[in-house]
Amino acid sequence: MQADIAVEMRNISKNFGSIKANENMNFNVRYGEVHALLGENGAGKSTLMNMLSGIYSPDSGSIFVHGKEVRFMSPKEPIQMGIGMIHQHFKLIDIYTALENIILGEKGSFFINKQEISKEIKGISDQFGLGIQQNKKVYDMSVGEKQTLEIIKVLFRGAKILILDEPTAVLTPQEIKKLFEIVNNMKAAGCAVIIITHKLNEVMEISDRVTVLRKGQSIMTYETSQTTMKELTEKMVGKSIDLSIKRAETKGNVEILKVDHLTVVNKEKINALKDVSFNLKSGEILGVAGIAGSGQKELCETIAGLCTAQKGKIIFQGDNILGKSPRAIIRLGIRMGFIPEDRLGMGLVASMDIVHNIILKDYQGQKGIFLKRKHIIKKAENIVKRLDINTPGIYHPVRKLSGGNIQKVLLGREIDSNPKVLITAYPVRGLDIGASFKIYDLLNEQKRNGVGVLFIGEDLDILIDLCDRIMVLCDGSVTGIVNTKEASKEDIGLLMAGEYKVQ
Amino acid sequence: MDASFFAAAVVAGTPLLFATLGEIITEKAGNLNLGVEGMMLMGAVIGFFVGLMTNSPILALFGAAIAGGMGASIFAFLTVSLRANQVVSGLALTIFGAGFSSFMGNKLIGQVVPVNIKDFFKPVHIPLLSDIPFLGQIFFQHDVFVYFGFISVIALGFYLYSTRKGLNLRAVGENAAAADASGINIGLYKYIHIVLGGILCGLGGAYLSLVYIPAWQDNVVAGRGWIAVALVIFASWNPYKAIFGAFLFGGMDIIGFRIQRLDIHISQYLIDMLPYVATIVALILGTNKNRKENHPPKDLGVPYFREER
Amino acid sequence: MLKIIKRDDLSKRQILKVRITAIVLAIVFSGLFIAILGYNPFKVFYNMFLGAIGTKIRIEQTLTIAIPLVITSLGILVAFKMKFWNIGGEGQILMGGFAASYAALNFDFLPKPILLLTMGIFAIVGGGVWAFIPAFFKIRFGTNETIFTLMMNYIAIKWITYLQFGPWRDPNAMGFPKIPMFTSNAILPKLLGVHIGWIVALIMTALIYVFMNHTKKGYEIAVVGESIDTAKYAGMNIKVVVVFAMIVSGGLCGLAGMIQASGVERTLAVSLSGGYGFTAIITTWLSGLSAPLVLLTSFAFAIMIQGGNFIQTALQIPQSAADMIQGMILFFVLGSEFFIQYKVQINKRSQVAGDRNE
Repeated sequence: MQADIAVEMRNISKNFGSIKANENMNFNVRYGEVHALLGENGAGKSTLMNMLSGIYSPDSGSIFVHGKEVRFMSPKEPIQMGIGMIHQHFKLIDIYTALENIILGEKGSFFINKQEISKEIKGISDQFGLGIQQNKKVYDMSVGEKQTLEIIKVLFRGAKILILDEPTAVLTPQEIKKLFEIVNNMKAAGCAVIIITHKLNEVMEISDRVTVLRKGQSIMTYETSQTTMKELTEKMVGKSIDLSIKRAETKGNVEILKVDHLTVVNKEKINALKDVSFNLKSGEILGVAGIAGSGQKELCETIAGLCTAQKGKIIFQGDNILGKSPRAIIRLGIRMGFIPEDRLGMGLVASMDIVHNIILKDYQGQKGIFLKRKHIIKKAENIVKRLDINTPGIYHPVRKLSGGNIQKVLLGREIDSNPKVLITAYPVRGLDIGASFKIYDLLNEQKRNGVGVLFIGEDLDILIDLCDRIMVLCDGSVTGIVNTKEASKEDIGLLMAGEYKVQ
Repeated sequence: MDASFFAAAVVAGTPLLFATLGEIITEKAGNLNLGVEGMMLMGAVIGFFVGLMTNSPILALFGAAIAGGMGASIFAFLTVSLRANQVVSGLALTIFGAGFSSFMGNKLIGQVVPVNIKDFFKPVHIPLLSDIPFLGQIFFQHDVFVYFGFISVIALGFYLYSTRKGLNLRAVGENAAAADASGINIGLYKYIHIVLGGILCGLGGAYLSLVYIPAWQDNVVAGRGWIAVALVIFASWNPYKAIFGAFLFGGMDIIGFRIQRLDIHISQYLIDMLPYVATIVALILGTNKNRKENHPPKDLGVPYFREER
Repeated sequence: MLKIIKRDDLSKRQILKVRITAIVLAIVFSGLFIAILGYNPFKVFYNMFLGAIGTKIRIEQTLTIAIPLVITSLGILVAFKMKFWNIGGEGQILMGGFAASYAALNFDFLPKPILLLTMGIFAIVGGGVWAFIPAFFKIRFGTNETIFTLMMNYIAIKWITYLQFGPWRDPNAMGFPKIPMFTSNAILPKLLGVHIGWIVALIMTALIYVFMNHTKKGYEIAVVGESIDTAKYAGMNIKVVVVFAMIVSGGLCGLAGMIQASGVERTLAVSLSGGYGFTAIITTWLSGLSAPLVLLTSFAFAIMIQGGNFIQTALQIPQSAADMIQGMILFFVLGSEFFIQYKVQINKRSQVAGDRNE
């Protein structure tokens, strides 16, 4: 084994119930290199790294750190061995300050000596070019700040092997550039850096080597300079495919939904939406871009009648529906579909079967006090057939389906009511490429049928390919609405950061 | 109202204080233990029983602490190791504890605390402090148990807010997954603090049977455990605020006697409702909180499984 | 080391096996516990069993206990399905009994069927109102319902005590503080040796089964219990659902109170709740929130309660032994859920041949 190898993982397998998340995976990383783990959602990237950081334990296989075999029983041991992971979903305590989060779980004096710790943190953040306000509470932080905090936390523990799980998913193109600088600083300091990603251009830009994973298996490791995006794509997906989305073209579009000067105050009494105005036409997909938490959730929920607004109007084909409850909207005969971000927690009843999830939007229209299932069963069977949902049957709890099939149940139900407007919040999050494209196809089909689709997305490339126009939200305000045929990713990035406005 | 009333409120509030502190520690670890009433009853009966058998106040307290701790460890095993529903597990503990104390206490009914122990818990005037006018009489002319309560509040406050262990503990209750990823041993933290909470509840129960009454009567706790659970919310999980809540409710507990003495014609049975009505009011007032720091621990009641996907 | 992994679905049969094992273990442990406390467990169990179903009269007594338990459990079931932790069954029973007694004591001129019906309706309203109060505060302020409903128990107890010593005190009881006995037309008739509450219990079981599984409201209650966000998303009126479910829940408990007052105590007394509000929590949980199974678990627990009463008189063993056993069974069943959801494996140290030259 070479001396500069930091971590070696051999023949790692891990199952979750009957799902084989990792199967005989092999992977290694050297000190002073950036190693990308490339694979689509569900390929097993995070699972593999969670085993390296002690969150999961492998069913079989071995892990070597600095050439010594290790068996982690908890996240504590990897931390002590200098392994630090920056999770995709940040593992921070909201009500704690940055400093408190950094020293969490650390050994040290019984009482906390804040001054001393503070000095130490300052030293580290200066070394790597990371800026942070140590006494700021996490709940007051932006996504970017939280990520910086996670990185400092890991470095503070003296990590020499860093794992970043999809670190760019929440950042603007400009922030990504800054992050990559920091990653290069780490590399220069001799750290081994592992970046989990599904974005090819990032692999090419930052990594020295890349390991491609597919369906729980490690396919191949390349020197990044010796490979091409095309080759990586083929390895990642398993076949040669065209990763571009064909935009459906439609004609004769009319305004169907108009949002006018909408201002919404959320539960935390913060202005989540500030004076938002836009319109949505039939046969169009309007994308919404923005850093996570810029008001996307409130926008969807207000249109769907789940949030009340302070000010403004939502005009649906001439009627103002603002302030109407979802029930009232249904009763008015307004056909609107909504795919919320939290599929199992909001869009579906997780423990109930497909039939009882399909009936969710239907039962209110039924007469009498009894629940009538007969025609719903037929409907459920149709949806399963039409969307090709992989399930043991229509009486199977949706919670036990795979992510893509869960989303199909939800989408199937929503488009079954022939909506005029379809609101979708991150509809492909967590789905593999096949399932994602199935969803894009369905959305394009809806568009062709004259439906106005509001598409909240996070991947700018997808947004640009799929949508006709993109509205950018920053901190609750619309910073611009751009035509995707004209706009560049960088322009949208600047709008996301609120750095300039399109007039 | 004179100082003697407030002093009596402090005494009546002491069992509540112990139980409230116990439940605060438990909930800070992210576990909602509704078995407080049961653990207090277990502590009360074992404390009394051991005291009667051994004549030793120290052993009696040890017995009570162990009884409360045992009850809590059943709860901990169920909810931490076996990830059982916390609400129902706590109720089961209360049902069990009530049965246990009633069963054990069946032969103790009518027995009185030995003189030796009574002497041990005689009021002690703290030099200087007890001479402070008004306040001295209210706070510093009590038995050692009451002072132990004061010390517990301060110790717990320091522990929670000024030590690394306390920081880790609160993180466990806030976000177990994050705490785990930071290298904190979730299971161990939960176990230790749930059991510690049970010990305090057991001691609170023992105060009732050994000092407050001091004789054995069935169902000696009479709902105080539940009031303590409400006080935790009232005090926004803060031990310093808990002390006010406990003494306030101690006052409610004894106000009935006072009112009768004042010759006001309200039925005693209606006045007896007061602590319970007040608990409801406190619950309602305690629920609306704006500052995030005063919210319940975020992961309260949620079982943690590391390999959850 | 031990390793815990999530399990895929167990078959119904396997789940049943786990549950039965848990109950058997609970009984074994209770036996050990009883032995430690100095009694012969075999004798205790045997006598409990004998005391519960040994003779026709004892079976009738056991059934009399099962009736309020079934009805209260059904009430708790509706609330628990919504994840509304109603532990105020005791108070709701008492207030139902109180309302029924008001009718019984004031409208004793009415013919029996009409009076009994009036008492029943009063009881449902009484229990329903008592449950509505915490439900109201829950939806309005988000108040913790567990503590609230429990405090309502104590207030109900004090209220009944107040009536007993005060305004409702029977002047003809020779100074003894009690509420007057009901007249005969306020007392439930018997059928097959047991008051007709058993018919009510069976009807209610069927009704709740249909309500929970085949009505829109029942569906809404289940959805609200699963996820408030989903319920809102689907356009349900959460407040109406919560209030409705709690009134049904409290109403059923209240009805149990009327049956106790009319069929057993024949007056209003604090004792009429008899701990059923708490025991019903266990029976409901054990039933897995299924109305038909409530019949089974309630009957099993009635055997235990009646057995506990019997050993108290026959063996001078406190009946609280039965309470302890109940708690113990609940512990074991709660713990056993783990083995339905997870699998424990002994993790062998996997040896991968260390080929160091790749």
